[in-house]
Amino acid sequence: MILGRVTGSVVSTIHHPVVAGRKLLLAERLDANGRPAGGYVIAMDGIGAGQGETVLILDEGNGARQILEDDSAPVRSIVVAIVDAINIG
Amino acid sequence: MLLGRVIGTVVPAVLVDELTATPLLWVQPLDRDGKAEGEPLVCADGTRMAGPGQVIYWVASREAALALDPWFVPVDDAIVGLVDEVRNYPAADLNP
Repeated sequence: MILGRVTGSVVSTIHHPVVAGRKLLLAERLDANGRPAGGYVIAMDGIGAGQGETVLILDEGNGARQILEDDSAPVRSIVVAIVDAINIG
Repeated sequence: MLLGRVIGTVVPAVLVDELTATPLLWVQPLDRDGKAEGEPLVCADGTRMAGPGQVIYWVASREAALALDPWFVPVDDAIVGLVDEVRNYPAADLNP
């Protein structure tokens, strides 16, 4: 899983059926200190994450398909947790 | 999934049977502000609705094979949907 922060969302009318009724979030990748690490990912929202929240993103296809309960979903990234705090050391 | 912009089409002369009905499009990957980032690549269009100029989001590897109909076909990258709008939340809302 990777750490990210929700910085936006993507609006899409024409899409694969698996996207229907689900929100697509734009998340920037964060490093362990919570700073932007460069890069972004469009992740499906699995838990109702909102703008500015630090989230855990599952970035692996088979796990994402298990969460969606759809063996043929073309999805790799899905938001699985909202992070309250990160402690190092 | 990542953002991209369709910059052209590819017309193959000979193609594996599974892909004969699938459009192949040149896609320039974009960063989250819509600026070009990285090298263009060829995506199979799972929506069959994208055309040059369209902003799309795409997936790679196994997920790309699943995005198409028929599914599980030999592709690297595939378009999952067309983008109507990318909402980037204002910096003031992200850093209250």
